[in-house]
Amino acid sequence: MTKLTIEGKTYSCQPNETVLEALLRGQVAISHACKKGTCHSCMVRSLNAAPPEAAQAGLKSTLKTHHHFLACLCHPEQDMVIKLPDQSEFYTDGTVVVNDMLNRNTLLLIIAFKDAFEFNAGQFVNLQRADGLTRCYSIANTPQESNTLEFHIRRLSGGRFSEWLHDGIKAGDTIAVSEPRGHCFYLPERRGQGLLLVGTGTGLAPLAGILTDALAHGHSGPIYLFHGSREVEDLYRIDELRQLVAQHQNFHYMPCLSGPHVPEGFTAGRANEVALATFADLKGWRIFLCGHPAMVNQMKTMVFLKGASSADIYADAFLSTPA
Amino acid sequence: MSESQSNEEATTSATLYERIGGEAAVNAAVELFYRKVLNDYRINRFFGNSDMDTQIAKQKAFFTMAFGGPNNYTGQDMRNAHAHLVKMGLDSSHFDAVMEHLGATLVELNVPAELIAEAAAIAESTRNDVLGK
Repeated sequence: MTKLTIEGKTYSCQPNETVLEALLRGQVAISHACKKGTCHSCMVRSLNAAPPEAAQAGLKSTLKTHHHFLACLCHPEQDMVIKLPDQSEFYTDGTVVVNDMLNRNTLLLIIAFKDAFEFNAGQFVNLQRADGLTRCYSIANTPQESNTLEFHIRRLSGGRFSEWLHDGIKAGDTIAVSEPRGHCFYLPERRGQGLLLVGTGTGLAPLAGILTDALAHGHSGPIYLFHGSREVEDLYRIDELRQLVAQHQNFHYMPCLSGPHVPEGFTAGRANEVALATFADLKGWRIFLCGHPAMVNQMKTMVFLKGASSADIYADAFLSTPA
Repeated sequence: MSESQSNEEATTSATLYERIGGEAAVNAAVELFYRKVLNDYRINRFFGNSDMDTQIAKQKAFFTMAFGGPNNYTGQDMRNAHAHLVKMGLDSSHFDAVMEHLGATLVELNVPAELIAEAAAIAESTRNDVLGK
């Protein structure tokens, strides 16, 4: 018999029981449906040890890395500490060290922590104001750099949280930050694989982290970044990215403008459409899509139809919270 | 599959699911199949509206079932799951198109004809439930 611990409460798991069966017997409210490992609705996370391999069948590699597993397929090999997906989050206080503008409506926010903040480049966190107002933002830097997190915050007109970040905070202020979440990040495996990164607006934030991470790991396959907005004033980090192109033969950067005015050095069209027109076949490519939800969802299907395997398609759709 | 059937099969030979290659075969088939479906104007409107990862999980469940693999689906589940599609106009011609892609996918994967026939028969047996008849 093994012990399962959730938020300090312990449940016993009999030798022939799965984690799901044991928790349901213990009256834990855990979502589930097929009980065969197909629907993924009972996915939970192990906090103390790597789960049995069989309990991770069919999960994306990034989920496996973070010890996510399917409760219905898991016969524990040892005592486990488990986190349910809807369990309350742990917040850490950070200090604002930089708040500068990246372009006319995007703020660069850097928050420093006393201790190392563990995350993968490309993940997101919830930021929380003292009154409890909370929004999620993607991390734009990599964990190797320092004990800081970098964010790109676009001002949404009428957006209470983004307006507060733009107008109400200053260096030295404290802000609460949740644990990192999300599985849209780079893993240093299959380094010769092609990477296609497509983002709109501040969708560049997670992609910039993923790009830096991949280059730092010596990714040798071709890396293409398509960053799009309507007007050139809404793109950012253009010079830095061009500098990376000069330094890395395998990195290609395509800033795309969908509006009528397209200066030299920029590509006319929506970033996702330009990207699709660039590749006849995406078989074997790893794809990262971040930004507008409609773009992200449409692109997931389009790159799949061009041959990318669904396990290699990572997406982060930016949902804005109604004001 | 009834109790007696599965007992009988276990004693005489491996299940279709085992003979066809189990989960690895399902994984190989799902993506090929789903690309065919999304490219088919006759039926893609029934498949394209939810998140792709969710859709692929559903297709995986479909193939597992068609191969006689482990699944908990009852006829009633099939009816419930497809009721909103029947309202959208799902009929036998669409079911035929799906069967066509199932067969073509398995041919592409070099599955022997007699195993394809078995899988097709299992899928065919869900027709009335899927169409709410």
